Amino acid sequence: MKILVCLKQTFDTEAKIVLDENGKIERQGVSLIMNPYDEFAVEEALRLKENQGEGEVTVISVGGQQTQDALRQALAMGADKAVLVDPGDVELDEYSTATILAKVISGMEYDIILGGFRAIDDGSAQVAGRVAEILNIPVVNMITKLEVADGKAVATREIEGGSEVVEVPLPAVLTAQKGLNEPRYPSMKGIMKAKKKPMQKMTLADVGLEEGQIAPKVKAISFSLPEPRKAGKIIPGEPAEAARELARLLREEAKVV
Amino acid sequence: MAKGIWVFAEQREGQIKKVVFELLSEGRKVADQLGEELCAVLLGKDVAGLVDSLGEYGVDKVYITESDGLENYTTDGYTNVVTDLIKEHQPSVFLLGCTITGRDLAAQVAQRLETGLMTDCTGMEVVDGQLVFTRPIYAGKAFVKASCPEARPVMATIRPNTFTAEAKPKTPETVKVTPDIGNIRQVIKDIVRQVSERPELTEADIIVSGGRGMKGPENFKILEELADVLGAAVGASRAAVDAGWAPHSMQVGQTGKTVSPVLYIACGISGAIQHLAGMSSAKCIVAINKDEEANIFKVADYGIVGDLFEVVPILTEELKKLTAQ
Ligand SMILES: Cc1cc2nc3c(=O)[nH]c(=O)nc-3n(C[C@H](O)[C@H](O)[C@H](O)COP(=O)(O)OP(=O)(O)OC[C@H]3O[C@@H](n4cnc5c(N)ncnc54)[C@H](O)[C@@H]3O)c2cc1C
Ligand SMILES: Nc1ncnc2c1ncn2[C@@H]1O[C@H](COP(=O)(O)O)[C@@H](O)[C@H]1O
Repeated sequence: MKILVCLKQTFDTEAKIVLDENGKIERQGVSLIMNPYDEFAVEEALRLKENQGEGEVTVISVGGQQTQDALRQALAMGADKAVLVDPGDVELDEYSTATILAKVISGMEYDIILGGFRAIDDGSAQVAGRVAEILNIPVVNMITKLEVADGKAVATREIEGGSEVVEVPLPAVLTAQKGLNEPRYPSMKGIMKAKKKPMQKMTLADVGLEEGQIAPKVKAISFSLPEPRKAGKIIPGEPAEAARELARLLREEAKVV
Repeated sequence: MAKGIWVFAEQREGQIKKVVFELLSEGRKVADQLGEELCAVLLGKDVAGLVDSLGEYGVDKVYITESDGLENYTTDGYTNVVTDLIKEHQPSVFLLGCTITGRDLAAQVAQRLETGLMTDCTGMEVVDGQLVFTRPIYAGKAFVKASCPEARPVMATIRPNTFTAEAKPKTPETVKVTPDIGNIRQVIKDIVRQVSERPELTEADIIVSGGRGMKGPENFKILEELADVLGAAVGASRAAVDAGWAPHSMQVGQTGKTVSPVLYIACGISGAIQHLAGMSSAKCIVAINKDEEANIFKVADYGIVGDLFEVVPILTEELKKLTAQ
């Protein structure tokens, strides 16, 4: 069974965000991690392979050269191969990224494609779905459970106010929600092994795309930082007194209850 | 030329989602500024009765598509019908609520139409005849303003509670559409709904949330009592979810739900950056925490330094008295 995982490198969740002199998000000096939802996807891919007793897990990312770190981490967790497409210094939106991913994937063999349901940086929960649409295969988003048998995937997915069980024929794209699994940590042995695993690096030209074919549909106009929230009132007094005063303030001052 | 501001009239079990009314209200303003029609797209089984409620919010036209096959949302079924409608009528804008369904549908429709999609937006304005959207990125630590200058329709999902629903009654024209649902590859085997009297976390005006300071699942009862008085939803920090005290569907934060209530009451939550990521757009934040150094106090409008087990029950009693008046 050939399993592909689309994986994005994102800013660390603790990262402080500042703007550079051009008013764009400063990327220098920010520590980078594998998108947490994609960790679930990698873990699920490894479990699928282990359960099936055979298979191959390939992790794919569109990003700069530093993205190799996130791909290596996936290899250290146990993935077999990595593919990095470095599009160079071009503006991308989700349409562009999905177009690149789908183009690379269309030249590969695959039974199932896993991804995160959302990237936590500028992510917008659409790249994986777009990839499915381009490849003309079904998508199931936000899965918390997955079983694969007889050319079908049966997944439990989150819906508002509950969950549903959905069956799709393979190949399909499935995106991970928290709760799907607990990702493993790479072992020392895994980290050593990862260094020798294949990492294929491609450019846009290698993929067979020209810049014009991935021109973004969405254009960023400007970036800004939020006004820092001002710390408010600490209400003094004994619990009973403070609680009474809080109730009054919520009603009379904030007018929110 | 593409014309018309369209809103996806998401419904669940015969009820229009609140965010739809918010989108129609704001969409009305945009439609008037651009001199275009405001239309709603309503899909489902036996949903014609919902048209009146859409009319309350100033919609000019409602496209209704009814079919047994549309009773439950499926990605393919809804994508097929909605993209066919858009291809036929060529609206300039298509807005959806940033709900689980809205997000799922928007990505597929946008790709099939090869257009741009801005998700989880918290602002929309007309600048030189173009719609410009504001989206929080990096978990609310920055904002980007963006537009889709050429491709049509411009698509966006809007975070619930961003706009205010304002009644502007109208009798909309209704257009019945016979759908071609096409091939649905997602087969729904089972649906489990947790019956709850409470509002949806992402739509709630008020949220009462508990963290590790709750000490155990049984203590969430005191938050529920407070929530009952306020008609609020109950949320949780990741620490509480990971401890198994609350389901993940209740988690607020970077790897949970993003919420934008009018009032957010954080009880026994330290205010880690990943938690703030999910709730910092709340209009009023209250923190109850026994550690005066807790980070949550840096963002709270009102704070009480104290034991939540003492404070919360009294707060509940006080609010019960006040709201009964
Ligand atoms: C990749 C990643 C993603 C994450 N995503 C999320 C997310 O989506 N949501 C999220 O919440 N976290 C998330 N976290 C975890 C986050 O970093 C914190 O660990 C978590 O928010 C802490 O939860 P807490 O505030 O409930 O617990 P703690 O930090 O342990 O705080 C408990 C608080 O309760 C107070 N307290 C204890 N007893 C009482 C009492 N009797 N009365 C009053 N106060 C009391 C304490 O003073 C303390 O401030 C994420 C972390 C990572 C690395
Ligand atoms: N640059 C990328 N390279 C590989 N996969 C990506 C990339 N961007 C997004 N994805 C995948 O798409 C999912 C959703 O991302 P997004 O639409 O950006 O929120 C991620 O969790 C990844 O699985």
